[in-house]
Amino acid sequence: MAKKAFIKVMLKEEVLDPQGKAVLSVLKSSGFGNVKDVRVGKYIELDFNEDKSGKRRPLEEEAEEISEKVLSNPLIEEFSIEIK
Amino acid sequence: MDNKKIKAGITVFPGSNCDADVYRVLKSVFGVNASFIWHKDEIEDLKKYDFIVIPGGFSYGDYLRSGALAARSPVMESVKDYAAKGGIMLGICNGFQILLEAGLLDGVMLANRSLKFECKDVYLKTLNTETPFTCAVKKGAVLKMPIAHHDGNYFATESLISGLVRKKSVIFKYCDEKGGITAGSNPNGSIRNIAGISNETGNVMGLMPHPERSSEKILGSEDGGWIFKSIIKYIKEK
Repeated sequence: MAKKAFIKVMLKEEVLDPQGKAVLSVLKSSGFGNVKDVRVGKYIELDFNEDKSGKRRPLEEEAEEISEKVLSNPLIEEFSIEIK
Repeated sequence: MDNKKIKAGITVFPGSNCDADVYRVLKSVFGVNASFIWHKDEIEDLKKYDFIVIPGGFSYGDYLRSGALAARSPVMESVKDYAAKGGIMLGICNGFQILLEAGLLDGVMLANRSLKFECKDVYLKTLNTETPFTCAVKKGAVLKMPIAHHDGNYFATESLISGLVRKKSVIFKYCDEKGGITAGSNPNGSIRNIAGISNETGNVMGLMPHPERSSEKILGSEDGGWIFKSIIKYIKEK
């Protein structure tokens, strides 16, 4: 029974990620010259109540709505969901 | 009409920290009847207020995204309703971010280009003086106000920007002392130097700099006072 949703929120490719750029510059100055680019995102875990009634809509659907309406801002971010 | 008869509501979220400053300026400097609105209050109707200010701060610790959690708190339903009915609403700094997250204004705030918290005086060019927030400002005036933010890098897609420009909704741009809109006078990387915008109907404005911190001579600038003078003038003439 799936009860957890693991959500990754990342800035869209075309949006500048200043945090990633700062990490990149630190990596370079720390001797990790092989790294070409860095993007920093968010990782969110949702722990759901058990579906006792068996009538709830699929978790995928609920996690999708939560990600779209609250966890990400569709103007600049995109998300992916993994249910386990 | 006496300023005392004008009622202003100031929303307060956990982490708001400019609420008392706004209150002081409205009450002590302009003599407006100001009061606080706690975020958990599901006030059915905000219509007793002549205008609403959503002050700056770090509502909900800026968790998730600046303004994201405050934008989804109970009081915002009434706030959205108030805006939809044409109520005058000013969001300052974090208040601007909340209005963006609530979908009352177009666009989004990214981290400053410098990745630093920028706290300094900036100059603003007034692009539209026919709004409730700028009707007392001289056309094209340059105003000095402080900024204090980490996420003030305004961003919107080209189509949103051209919509804003077409509707004259870009109210303030960062500029130099003489009013030149230059790359050097842009403190945070905002697209096209945008510092303040309104909604399509013009009754809601978001502004990144702090007019409440620049409404008294002792604070180094009185220019921010023009925003509040405009709102008061607009309400009196309405």
